[in-house]
Amino acid sequence: MTELLQYLLMLFLVVCAVAVARIRDLLAAVIIFAAYSLVMAILWLLLASPDIAITEAALGAGVTTLLLLAAISKTRREE
Amino acid sequence: MEDLILRYVSRIVVPFVQLYGLYVVFHGHLSPGGGFSGGAIIGASMILYALAFNLAAGTKKISHDLSLILESSGGLIYAGVGLLAIFLGANFLGNMVAGFPLGTPGNLFSGGAIMLITLGVGIKVAATMITLFYSLIEEEQATDEHH
Repeated sequence: MTELLQYLLMLFLVVCAVAVARIRDLLAAVIIFAAYSLVMAILWLLLASPDIAITEAALGAGVTTLLLLAAISKTRREE
Repeated sequence: MEDLILRYVSRIVVPFVQLYGLYVVFHGHLSPGGGFSGGAIIGASMILYALAFNLAAGTKKISHDLSLILESSGGLIYAGVGLLAIFLGANFLGNMVAGFPLGTPGNLFSGGAIMLITLGVGIKVAATMITLFYSLIEEEQATDEHH
């Protein structure tokens, strides 16, 4: 069951990574990147590394998203 | 930006986030987490507060100068604990050899100097997050006034 969940999350991770690279709207890219970080945090937890999971959830889904949003608000939204 | 729900929810959530961040920092030698993770959580909580209200409300709690001072003092705490071990006759960041009390394993106050080091790292990381956010947003508002 956990293995199936891991495969599903990895599939979602690949989809997110490709979407971040291909999408033209930078705001949408940042939001998808936050979802990528959240899935990555769950995967770290399933891979028995809760230390990295806490850091990934706080940094990847939280601070990085906010800093990128602040950067977008200073520049253009379109690529 | 005058969102009532966002303001009330963040006013309720921010203290718990900060408490959890302090828990992660102070239990760095016992449970997953540590200075970096806990500091990032505390910094994110302050950024959430400054985002939900405005920058003036955030700088009223922690001003830009105070966050700069905290950032430097966090690094100084880390280096100071390391140098203290040298003065006590051990290597840099020496712990048991330098004579820091180890306590019973599993207790909160155990592990000698590890908690002090983790506290320094936590202060440093939290202040770095807040300083980064303030620097980005303040510059933005300054350029807005020019236009």
